[in-house]
Amino acid sequence: MRVKGIAASNGIAISKVFRLETVVLDVTDAKIENVDEELVKLSAAIKKSCAELQIIREKTALKLDEEHAMIFDAHIQIAEDPEIARQVEDMVKSSKVNSAYAFKTVSEMFAQMFEGMDNEYMKERAADVRDVARRIISHLLGVTLSDPTMINEEVIVVADDLTPSDTAQLDREFVKGFITNIGGRTSHSAIMARSLEIPAIVGTKNILEVVKNGDIVILDGLDGEVVINPTKEEITFYEQKNAELLERIAIWSKFVDKDSVTLDGKHVELAANIGSPDDVESVLKNGGEGVGLYRTEFLYMNNDDFPTEDEQYVAYKMVLESLKNKRVVIRTLDIGGDKHLDYLPMDEELNPFLGHRALRLCLDRIDLFKTQLRALLRASVYGDLHIMFPMVATLNEVRKAKAVLNECKVELAKENIKYNDDVKVGIMVEIPAVAILADQFAKEVDFFSIGTNDLIQYSFAADRMNSKVAYLYQPYNPSLLRLIKMVIDASHKEGIWTGMCGEMAGDQIAAPILLGLGLDEFSMSATSILQTRYSFSKLSYKEMKVMAEKCLTFGTHEEVKAFVENKIKGEK
Amino acid sequence: MRREYKIIDEAGLHARPASLLVQAATKFPNNIYIEYKDKKLTLKSIMAVMSLGVPQNSTIAIEVEGDNAKEVLQSLENILEDHRLV
Repeated sequence: MRVKGIAASNGIAISKVFRLETVVLDVTDAKIENVDEELVKLSAAIKKSCAELQIIREKTALKLDEEHAMIFDAHIQIAEDPEIARQVEDMVKSSKVNSAYAFKTVSEMFAQMFEGMDNEYMKERAADVRDVARRIISHLLGVTLSDPTMINEEVIVVADDLTPSDTAQLDREFVKGFITNIGGRTSHSAIMARSLEIPAIVGTKNILEVVKNGDIVILDGLDGEVVINPTKEEITFYEQKNAELLERIAIWSKFVDKDSVTLDGKHVELAANIGSPDDVESVLKNGGEGVGLYRTEFLYMNNDDFPTEDEQYVAYKMVLESLKNKRVVIRTLDIGGDKHLDYLPMDEELNPFLGHRALRLCLDRIDLFKTQLRALLRASVYGDLHIMFPMVATLNEVRKAKAVLNECKVELAKENIKYNDDVKVGIMVEIPAVAILADQFAKEVDFFSIGTNDLIQYSFAADRMNSKVAYLYQPYNPSLLRLIKMVIDASHKEGIWTGMCGEMAGDQIAAPILLGLGLDEFSMSATSILQTRYSFSKLSYKEMKVMAEKCLTFGTHEEVKAFVENKIKGEK
Repeated sequence: MRREYKIIDEAGLHARPASLLVQAATKFPNNIYIEYKDKKLTLKSIMAVMSLGVPQNSTIAIEVEGDNAKEVLQSLENILEDHRLV
């Protein structure tokens, strides 16, 4: 059986299915006959849970640290607790109810008692009690919980969707790919898969309905196809396909130390998008000519509190130093929309993507903004830093942001702290209002970087989290291409450059068009760089220019796509 | 054998030392109890100890039955002192 989805990360994997899901535990108050048997079951379930928790504890100590591991010591203590066990046993004996029901009742009583205490710490322990109870009850019911920390063999993770906290828990050694029900090329799971360099298919709609734990699946991340319980022939076919892919990758890898130039000698810059200093290694390995987008929000999201100026400074400095004077574009905090911080309460918004996010929020919380800008300025002496503001809609926002940056410079100068006074400042172009007025913005910034995911979402008025309108994600639509052309032309008129840090820059159909439109910098997943450099080396800039002009005259996304596909095939 | 202690820690008898206390108590074969207000519960259960919710400036008692009660009590007292709870 085959299931189609959206190809989100290249590669082919053949492995066992691991379903990552929230299992519903169906506890009823059914009566039992044999009390002794029920009590044996209870103690076995507790024992099994303790053994699992012990494994998780050891893994956590190994992968994280002793402090995190101690959380599971507390969980083991709860699982073994004689008071809970005694009350559960009493209840089973006196009311003849099943042990799962008794366990749920007793543990819930304790959880609610803790929750009712006037003490934050104790309130959190309620969650621990419930967590442990879920594990024990699942064993009593004979249901397998979906617990990613228990993965200890190679698997393909199948889920409805993967949140950042889900992926953080996954063991990179064993996870060979992702398949999800929902999402698109730009959802978190897709971005994560590309940065882990494992294949992924998203948006299959029904994969969870058709696979069981332990099924063998082939995940073809090139064509977005899943083959469930394949035949021998199918496995051979995909192993062959994978070998061919690896061969192509070997050809691309010869371009690692080369410049990105077209057949007729036009040079462009191929840079990488990163989320943390850890990603730099992959940028260098894949021959990135710089960092076109450093998403600093992960520094905030992987934290219990706002990162301090020093914490940020260390991260920025590390990236700048590793890139050795190559250009590094660091985007200031882009939170809001689908990204939230536990420690920053935000109002419930009807349209969060159109709401109080990114630069809008920073200009409202100058304290947060200044901490980041000071850290950036301090790091600026260690490389070629470019600071970029996200979600700009008006020129006044740019002016305000630059004024805050200047205040930070004055402060640092007073404190005798070094910074680069000439640090470059640019903006993301992701709101149509900015693209249309790009000529005016170009006079006041040093560069543009087009964020295509949001620019498409705002141009077509299509929420990119809503799969029912996913068809409106149209990167080749001539209306979008015209907007992009306006931005590029406006920047060149003022002598500044335009880059693109959205998914589109690494798209094998869009990139030749963008090349023809005169885009200066392409920033993409590190793993797409070599393939793009290889394909650019086979293209003529002059011809791409003619092709791009022609694309602007079409009426639909589909027409552009067909035209370019045909054209590029001819080139190769 | 029974001794009373005044809890001076701001957070009361909080979870970290409480859990160490329970861990230690579990190692002894003796019956060991904690008393607070008019409740007397086993010190071998973290749930029991936490459910008491002992705040700062309150007095608790620990009672040990059986052999070597003095030594057992002393080792529990050491935990309270090490964590500056009393």
